[in-house]
Amino acid sequence: MANGNVTARASFVQQARWRPIEFVFWACTLLPFVVTPAYLSLASQVAITALFALSLDLILGYAGIVSLGHAAFFGMGAYTAGLIAKHYWTEPLSALCLAGLAAGILGYLTSHIIIRFRHLALIMLTMGFGLLLAEAANSASDLTGGADGLQGFRVPGVLGFKFDMFGRAAYAYALAVLFLCFLVARRVIHSPFGLALRGIRENATRMPAIGAPSRAHLRKAYTIAAVLAGIAGAVLTQTTSTVSLETLSFSRSADVLVILILGGAGRRLYGGIVGAIIYMVARDQFSGANPQYWYFWIGVMLVAVVMFLPNGILGGLSALHKKSQ
Amino acid sequence: MLSSLASVVFDGFAYGMLLFLLSVGLSVTLGMMNFVNLAHCSFAMVGGYASVQLAGKLGWPFLATLPVAFIAAAIVSIVLERILYRRLYRASDLDQCLLTIGIVFISIAAFAWFYTTEQQSVQVPEWLKGAQHVGGMTFANYRMFLIVVGLAVTGLLVFFLERTRFGAKVRAAVDNQRMARGLGIDVDRAFMFTFALGGGLAGLGGALSIQIVGLDPTFALGYLVYVLIVVAVGGLGSIGGSFAAAIVLGISDMAGKYYFPWLGAFVIYLVMVALLMWRPAGLFGKR
Repeated sequence: MANGNVTARASFVQQARWRPIEFVFWACTLLPFVVTPAYLSLASQVAITALFALSLDLILGYAGIVSLGHAAFFGMGAYTAGLIAKHYWTEPLSALCLAGLAAGILGYLTSHIIIRFRHLALIMLTMGFGLLLAEAANSASDLTGGADGLQGFRVPGVLGFKFDMFGRAAYAYALAVLFLCFLVARRVIHSPFGLALRGIRENATRMPAIGAPSRAHLRKAYTIAAVLAGIAGAVLTQTTSTVSLETLSFSRSADVLVILILGGAGRRLYGGIVGAIIYMVARDQFSGANPQYWYFWIGVMLVAVVMFLPNGILGGLSALHKKSQ
Repeated sequence: MLSSLASVVFDGFAYGMLLFLLSVGLSVTLGMMNFVNLAHCSFAMVGGYASVQLAGKLGWPFLATLPVAFIAAAIVSIVLERILYRRLYRASDLDQCLLTIGIVFISIAAFAWFYTTEQQSVQVPEWLKGAQHVGGMTFANYRMFLIVVGLAVTGLLVFFLERTRFGAKVRAAVDNQRMARGLGIDVDRAFMFTFALGGGLAGLGGALSIQIVGLDPTFALGYLVYVLIVVAVGGLGSIGGSFAAAIVLGISDMAGKYYFPWLGAFVIYLVMVALLMWRPAGLFGKR
């Protein structure tokens, strides 16, 4: 018995260990600075989207909560950061924290309702909350600028580095935020709390039976994911100096789900990051001629992933890796 | 005040009929096979564009295009069901959502390619234009036509499901699939026909809606939300529930647009969230 305990513990610790490939991956994220300096603004978009997808991975990949309204938190963070920069001060780091806090409060409040539902009702409710918030932002045009978006502010830079047209500081900022949030999320999923979440995902009735406070866990996970999504939205606002209603839109919620599934959900949080890189770069290449036809390729990708790669690109790669050994 | 209320109810009722036609097929397939078909409005779009093609480009009379819209959408839904959907009946909700959203995206791009992204319209016969004025109230002819068609289709559907042998098999399959199989009912075939029927009705709804809301390739996504609300609120597999939900939704949407225009679609989403929180399985849902 004791022996079994030790092995379980050892495998748990083993899982949390950093792999060499991870160091290589994060080193590669620095490449855009030297290899493709002309695409640094795209690179910061990728980093922001990756953080947003990572936040969804926490609830979808680890806690099993399917959300079609995750953009609500992204938009909440984006508007909070925008309003602070427009009316109060332009120092970005404190605004970033407040944006995360605002999104987290919204996440905590809605989590009480969300976690009571499953299946279609859950999908519909998350979508409903997202649409409600988008409509509210549209109606409150005095505060949010309505359909024109929030404009007329500029965040000059962070810690003395200026956000200029080359986008070096913007990408460095987005990447640093992504990496720090990744470390936090990684700590969360490899903690006993993260293990409990996976238990709830696998069997929602058994976990309470062995004494895990299922609902409290889910509420916490949902709130943490909301905070991270809000931070992603705030970084977008601060590096582009504008907030549009699109940050709250249904299509943003759908896109981030597509990105995460494309990369692979529940794969040590890398699925969202890999998905974001492939999706954003492909969109940049294909949608030049006409954005309408870009949707054709996303559609084909989705059908192909569901039919042939049920665990996303990372799942496919790891299956290939196992086969070759 | 009273006459404006009557017009809102009348317009909302006609709109609700449209929503019912668009969503009833999804409700039945969701209830029957537990398949989350988000591409349902793409079938409606197939019907709509079939009508545009025949009436606008080939000069058919509008009413003659309606059966073709039904058949075209039914054929497309059978083909998709055979090729893709049946492989995913046992997959998770999420996989089904993703596959069908992929189909929605493909259909949007395909129709944009063939018909551009502009709003399409059709020419309706003279007697469907204009309106009747009764005691200060206005009733548009086309909306009355919609209500008549909607009620007729509902009647036929209820008759088919409640009074025919095939309908009994379908109901048995919805209620308890394993038991129905055990009794020797060919559930797969029943499902294929129901799927085609639901797709066809959506196609009919798509063709009828051109005159009210117009038609462009984003229809497949724009109306998906409304259709899902009807299904989720009405309860899976419940025709009566879908009917009631569609009418409630149609009228509350019209009332919201008429009395609180600054709220936009806020009212309809609020109604949905409130109803779902109150009854997660829908108004008439069993599960």
